[in-house]
Amino acid sequence: MSLLTKHVPNQLKLSTGVAGLVSRLVFLVILDLAAAWFVAQLASLGYFPFAAAVAMITVAVNLILLIPKAYPLRWMVVGLVLMVMFTIYPIVFTVWVSFTNYGEGHLVTKQQAIAQILKLKYLPASGQSYKWTAYRSPDGQYALWLQDAAGNGYLAKPGEPLLSAAPGQAGVGELDEKGIPKTIEGYRRLSTLQAAADKNLTEIQFGEAGKTIQIRSPGEAAELLPLYVYDEAQDAMINQETGVVYRNLRGAFTAPGGQSLQPGFIAPVQFDNFRDFFLSPALRGPLLRVITWNFGFAFFSLLLNFSLGLAIAVLFNDPRFPFKKIIRSLLIIPYTVPALITILIWRGMMNPQLGVINRTMNTLFGWSPPWFTDEWWAKIAILLVNLWLSYPYFMLVCSGALQSISEDYYAAAQVDGASPWQQFRYITLPLLLVAVGPLLVASFTFNFNNFNLIYLFNAGGPPIAGSPTPAGHTDILISYVYNLAFSGSRGINYGFASAITIIIFFIVGAITLFQFRYTRMWEEVSENV
Amino acid sequence: MSRVSFAQRISNSAKMRRNFSIAIRLLIAAVLIFFSVFPVLWMISASFNPTGSLATQTLIPANAGLDNYQKLLTSKEFPFWRWMWNSIKISSITSVLSLSITTVAAYAFSRFRFRGRLTMLKGILLLNVFPGLLALVATFLMISQLGDVFPSLGLNTHASLILVYLGGAMGINIWLIKGYIDTIPRDIDESAMMEGASDWQIFTMLILPLLRPILIVIAIISYIGTYGEFVLARVLLKSTEQYTLMVGLQIFAGAQFQQRWGVFAAGALMGALPIMLIYLLLQDHIIGGLTQGAVKG
Repeated sequence: MSLLTKHVPNQLKLSTGVAGLVSRLVFLVILDLAAAWFVAQLASLGYFPFAAAVAMITVAVNLILLIPKAYPLRWMVVGLVLMVMFTIYPIVFTVWVSFTNYGEGHLVTKQQAIAQILKLKYLPASGQSYKWTAYRSPDGQYALWLQDAAGNGYLAKPGEPLLSAAPGQAGVGELDEKGIPKTIEGYRRLSTLQAAADKNLTEIQFGEAGKTIQIRSPGEAAELLPLYVYDEAQDAMINQETGVVYRNLRGAFTAPGGQSLQPGFIAPVQFDNFRDFFLSPALRGPLLRVITWNFGFAFFSLLLNFSLGLAIAVLFNDPRFPFKKIIRSLLIIPYTVPALITILIWRGMMNPQLGVINRTMNTLFGWSPPWFTDEWWAKIAILLVNLWLSYPYFMLVCSGALQSISEDYYAAAQVDGASPWQQFRYITLPLLLVAVGPLLVASFTFNFNNFNLIYLFNAGGPPIAGSPTPAGHTDILISYVYNLAFSGSRGINYGFASAITIIIFFIVGAITLFQFRYTRMWEEVSENV
Repeated sequence: MSRVSFAQRISNSAKMRRNFSIAIRLLIAAVLIFFSVFPVLWMISASFNPTGSLATQTLIPANAGLDNYQKLLTSKEFPFWRWMWNSIKISSITSVLSLSITTVAAYAFSRFRFRGRLTMLKGILLLNVFPGLLALVATFLMISQLGDVFPSLGLNTHASLILVYLGGAMGINIWLIKGYIDTIPRDIDESAMMEGASDWQIFTMLILPLLRPILIVIAIISYIGTYGEFVLARVLLKSTEQYTLMVGLQIFAGAQFQQRWGVFAAGALMGALPIMLIYLLLQDHIIGGLTQGAVKG
């Protein structure tokens, strides 16, 4: 499509007015401040890939709104931001995760793990312990009155040094018979019961940093020290009580003896996940089966669904056929019900003891297929349900395509004496395949990743006996990935799941490349823009 | 033997053959219709079967009644109306927002010429080839990280689910809408521009009304797709009140499926009916859209 008149964006009125520019600048300043805060938050939690993505998107939005040449992009900036954030970034993030050990035992970032480990405390041999009484100010501040073994009283507030105070000093009021101040200025004394019910109290560190005092039990508060110190140079945690050095080993601080600190954290493991995929004998067993069935399932689904759809389209491709409209309406019913619902209905109908199909077959033949327990019958059941779900789509597509084939071809063929079969074989089929070819490839990739069907019908069952990872005889790669990532029965493993995802990406990519190469679709696309 | 009677005989036998062929095809149609309709009939019958269990069901239930519906709608454990409302809310918001994003972008792609336009259009097409489902694990992790900063956009929120759905808005439907805008003559734009209309005015006042039929079809298809979406909702939503209808029904089916078969069927039927009606009433429009490449979701 060639355009002689080039359209010049009529942006004078829309965007270069002073008011427009000012409002855009104000918007950008607010946006940038919010984004900067967001990025800082993400970075402080250790979510660096996410932070980087947000930062890059913000820069791009600024450029689009500031550069006059980017005017057309302003029309789609919302869509682009959402697309980059929620479609492209997850793909990139999948790649990142696939090179890490993200999973059971390694669920938080290094920053979060260090922060959690540093919270651990111990009571040093020289440490003081005290009896305590708690006070609370109306605005939620706390103070403690501490008494050591000799009976000396101290006032402790978070972040301030311990104060050896007598009544009258620092707001401390009159002491009662146990030596505890009845009042402290600005605070209200808590009864033992109130103090025990207060959930915040045990979390608070009183006294100055490095010499903090925490409540250990209803009767005791003690000067606790951090158990671990993080040594950045060695990238190790040093136990202050025993002196043992826990070095960072693949995402866990590990002592020379092999015991490691909880929690572990996400760490890069290079190509380990991919190596496991290709080489680990334990994983290879189920994986080979899964991949074989994945291709078999996609291929046979396409073959069956397309054949039935085409057969119906050909049989009823007669404008004078009676009840045509009603027949079509009834035949597309499977397509109109949300797939999840029909899959579950089929699951009920095929129930081995109670389902209608098996009950009927038992009465008629005294036997019925074990749809859920036998490997092969399970596969047949899946193909059957998928046939029910998908043939209406092919029926619609094919009857559309059939109507676009010119009658002249058939007239010419009849003159030459071609039989109906020859007409179908040499005229209908080739022309039809040209028209619906891209849809067939798309349908193949759809079924290659048809998670809903497998997961809802039988969750990949029956299970493969002796498999080291949860896998079933009808599992396809994507449902296998889902099990690995979310089922948790043998430990979630996001890293390995992502590595398999990447491999599926390559398979789907290869199929797509094939499609573009052999169906001329790309050229058509280029002509149409 | 006259030639006429011979020709008559041929035409007679041709007519007979044709009738015979139609009869055979009607028979095949009957078998196929039985295959397509039976599960749906079975679901309807189950929903009216008062015993409510898988084992005792017959096609025409004895003492048909509304017991299952009553149980479904009064169940505290399974808040059906809540799920239905969640589904309707999420699907409506998603399809309206996604359609707005797509239409505005399609207008820019159709009417403006800029560097990278071709690349972007092709890129959008390529991106759609990869099922979004594949990045499921990463999407889940990302949303959980997002929730650590903004709890209201984290896991178990409808906002996060809608955002993820909208991430796929810049999709194949842009091509479809752009194709329609391309067919609207530019003379219209240009004469409006002469009169001093801005791009935005041209878009909203001239182009948008002309697009209405196709936009309605795309909105319906996208609504149906979101309504039926299951995996993302299953992964991102965690608590019973937040479930969409599809997730709710799946969870429901997971627990004591055989005993609660009747109640499940009632819920499934009520969930499926609106969509089935939309399809059957608007089948010509929707099928037209589908075969031109509109996608669910």
